[in-house]
Parts: sequence; C-alpha cells; structure tokens
Amino acid sequence: MAALVVAEHDNSTLKPATLNAVAAAKEIAGQEVDILVAGKNCRAAAETASAIAGVRKVLLADDPAYDHGLAENLAPLLVKLAPGYGHLLAPATTSGKNLMPRIAALLDVMQISDISAIVSQDTFVRPIYAGNALQTVQSTDPIKVITVRGTAFPPGEATGGSAPIEPVESTGAAGLSEFVRAELSKSERPELTSARVIISGGRGMQSGDNFHLLEKVADKLGAAVGASRAAVDAGFVPNDYQVGQTGKIVAPELYIAVGISGAIQHLAGMKDSKVIVAINKDEEAPIFQIADYGLVGDLFKILPELEAELERRQ
Amino acid sequence: MKALVAVKRVIDYNVKIRVKADKTGVETANVKMSMNPFDEIAVEEALRLREAGTVSEIIAVSLGVAQCQETIRTALAMGADRGVLVETNAELQPLAVAKLLKAVILQENPEIVIIGKQAIDDDCNQTGQMLSALLGWPQATFASKLKISDGHAEVTREVDGGLETVAIKLPAVITTDLRLNEPRYASLPNIMRAKKKPIVTTTPEALGVDVTPRLIVLKVEEPAKRQGGHKVGSVAELVDKLKTEARVI
Repeated sequence: MAALVVAEHDNSTLKPATLNAVAAAKEIAGQEVDILVAGKNCRAAAETASAIAGVRKVLLADDPAYDHGLAENLAPLLVKLAPGYGHLLAPATTSGKNLMPRIAALLDVMQISDISAIVSQDTFVRPIYAGNALQTVQSTDPIKVITVRGTAFPPGEATGGSAPIEPVESTGAAGLSEFVRAELSKSERPELTSARVIISGGRGMQSGDNFHLLEKVADKLGAAVGASRAAVDAGFVPNDYQVGQTGKIVAPELYIAVGISGAIQHLAGMKDSKVIVAINKDEEAPIFQIADYGLVGDLFKILPELEAELERRQ
Repeated sequence: MKALVAVKRVIDYNVKIRVKADKTGVETANVKMSMNPFDEIAVEEALRLREAGTVSEIIAVSLGVAQCQETIRTALAMGADRGVLVETNAELQPLAVAKLLKAVILQENPEIVIIGKQAIDDDCNQTGQMLSALLGWPQATFASKLKISDGHAEVTREVDGGLETVAIKLPAVITTDLRLNEPRYASLPNIMRAKKKPIVTTTPEALGVDVTPRLIVLKVEEPAKRQGGHKVGSVAELVDKLKTEARVI
C-alpha cells in the first residue's frame, strides 16, 4: 500500500523534517510515496517536494483555508485522501503532533506517535517515558497514522526527483478556528532539529544575557543554540530553544551541553547525538555520565577560552 | 460556564523507571504514582478561570483503575468541584480515552475542556486532538497563554518556531504546555475538604464505549546505554579530541 507524507512547509520552502518523514515512508512503502503540500499559494513548496528523490507524486491543495496549518481545516482533507493509502505520515514536530491525532480520530484509528524504527508495515518502535524505554507496537488498524521522529531517519535526497504535481480539491474552512499571529524567532543560525552542531545552555548560564557567550562559540562552529527546560522556564531564552522530552528532539554530530545538569527530561531530547560534550562546574552532574568528553570548571572562564581556541585552530 | 479537566495517573516524574525483565512493560508495583504534570497545569488553569469569574464549576475526570480516584482527589484538593471516575482495569489507549471523555462531556456539557498536552508515561500527545475531532470542536494545543471572551478563546501556542496565536470558538479543547502557569500546591485544609467532594464512578460499558486497544504492545525494552564518563583536563585538550579523535569539528 502507498504512503502519504504531509509536508511541513512555509508555502515557499519545505521544512527539513519533511525529508526525514519521507525517508520513513520509503522504508514502509518503497516506490509508492506521495507528498501532500497543503497551504496558501504554496506551489513553490510543491515544486521543492517534487524534486525529492523517489517520490511518486505530489498532491497540491492550494486554498487560503490551509494557510498556517490549522488542524480543523486540514484534517477533513486528509480524511478524504486517506482511502488511497495504507499509511499517513508526518514529522513529529509541533505541526505534525497537532494535526495527525485529529485525522486518526476521524478515521477511528490509533495514531502511532513519534516512531523511531520500522519493524514491518504494521509494527513500529517508539520511545516512551522520555526515551527511557522503547516500546514495540503492532497496529491492528486498517490505516496507520504515524508521526516520525526525525532524528531516527536520515533525511532522503532533496533533489534528483521530478514527481508530477497533481492539484487536489479543497475541503474548505471548517469555520472553527482562525490564525491570529505568529511571533517566530529569527536567527541566522541553523535550525535546531537539523543542525550539525548544537551548543545548549542551562540554568548554569545564570541569565539570558550570558547566552551571548554561547553564541560566540556557536558562530565559530556554525552551530545552533539550544537550552534546557530550566533555562527556558527561568526566562533566559524563548520556548523554541528548548531541547528535551517536551521540547525539540535533536541528534546532531556534536552536542555541547553547558551549565546543564542532565535531568532525564533534557537527556531525552539529545542523548542520541553522535558526540556529547559536557561543561559543568559540578563534577557529579549526571550529564557527565553520558558525555563523551566532560570538562569540569567554570563555564564563564571556559566559554571564552573555547572561543579563542577554536579561533586559533581554525 | 463549566470547565472539564482530565487528569491521568502516571508514575511520578521523579521516579527512575525500570523495564520489567519479561519485557511486557515497566515496573509499576510499589512505585510512586502522581498526577501527570501537564494535567496539573490544566487543573490550575481551570482554577484561575474560575477565580477570574469566567468558569463557574470544574469537573475533574480520570480514567483507569480504581486508584485513579486518588488522582481525582488531588484535583479536588487543588480546588476542582467534583469528580468523575471512569473505572476499568483494561488498558486504555488515547483513542479509547478520547471516546470515553466524549461520552462524559455529552453528559456534562462543559464549554471548555482543558487537558495536558501529553502524558509523561506513553508520551503519545494525542488525546486532546482526538477528543476535539470526535466532538467536532476546535482545538488549541500546547497552550502557553489563554484568554477567554464571549464565546471565543484566544490561545497562544508553543510551536517549533516560537509562538503562534489562534482564535477558536467555544466549546473547545485546550491542551496545556509547560509555561501556561505554575500549578499550586493543595493546602492541608483543602485536602481535608476534598475528601467530602463528590466523585461519581462509571464504566466504559455504562458509557457504551468499546475500549479494545488498537495497538498491541509486543515488547518494551531498555534503550542502548551510552558509554560516557570520559573527562578532559583543558579546553585545548577538548578541542584537540574533537578534531582528531571524534572528528566532528
């Protein structure tokens, strides 16, 4: 059976997490992977999707009702398209998490959340208890509605394909909800979930102003800047910095945790990183147990030194 | 207006869970259980709406084994007015929970339903979205700010890129994120008072809901352990190791 991936996009470009979801879909459905691009004036995003290698076709649903990804408007569209598919997938981002359960309920099926491995077409592995256990579940439902943990599936090739774009008829607006405004963080740095290197700060940073110390190191490494829940709760940085069980799940090549003690909730978001560095003044901090390289000391001394050392050896 | 909150009994967030040797699940015997932290935030938000005069009555619903009554008592001690327990020993998955909540909601007619965005045990993050779908209501998930005015709610949501605000018609389902509020602790007098507040018990059968699990749990395992713990002595050594040993910079 074919699989349909709900693309995450801003009407002009695709969000990188879409490629991870496509990779998971290919593992399930082989050559029969379609992508849905639903939005307002989103043809450009559909064209990007059609270039993804190994995609069968791109469904384009262009309607003002689909702007901003309102679940109340999008779910009926997916329900209408569902009969042609065995699997509906989306990235386990805030958009996918918001939308997919609504579709699952309308189809009277259970969603399989945040899969990290595919055992067979109906059997999947997913983390539970903040990643402290892995559950293997078999779905008995006719259609599998799935959100995909991006870090578990290396992204597919973004180019090389030329899938046809087929328009699909809109299901219109449900009239239940309206977008009001967005306050999105603007940053020149890479996005957390797709960054190759991440440097994160915790409560040990002591203030939001001190995050500039991290940013200077980040600039030397081309890194994204993240934070622990404690740092976000303390108001040092906005919510979209948060790495952890309820924030973003990341798995970069290099993760540098600065002034982060290593609460279970934080580890859940970053412990699949390839290399972990911990910088903390408390040598008993649990973060050191999972760090490949630990450096005990005062971060306010270490960060400028690190910046200088990286500068020197560039 | 009436508010309904759903509260789940989960292993306390401070407990380090252990996977059972037979791989059927995690150890729950003699383990401290508490209210799902996101549901505490939901109860708190309902209390604040009542204190602001927006909400007149708060009903706390829990679903599962008889001991879920304790979780309802916690909500009552925080200030909820009365409880509904849907009692069953069956495993309840989010779709079944959403159907049961819908059945309770059709009896109670709340105008606002507030629940946690996810439970910290199964980490599913589904129930609120499913419930609003089944009711044909709007949903505002991952809420960090909630403003209610004549038949509408304006909800600020925590999304990957930052914050997003939506306006939804009531009745609606709101799911809570961490920064919506800081839940209060129940005072001793309120804990005593909560013992006298009513809890009605019903069952999935009485509500006419089939709760048969749709996902079969084949096994539960521990994830691979990371081999960490190596320390370096200086920044120079760290950069050196990252360049030559780990080769990541």
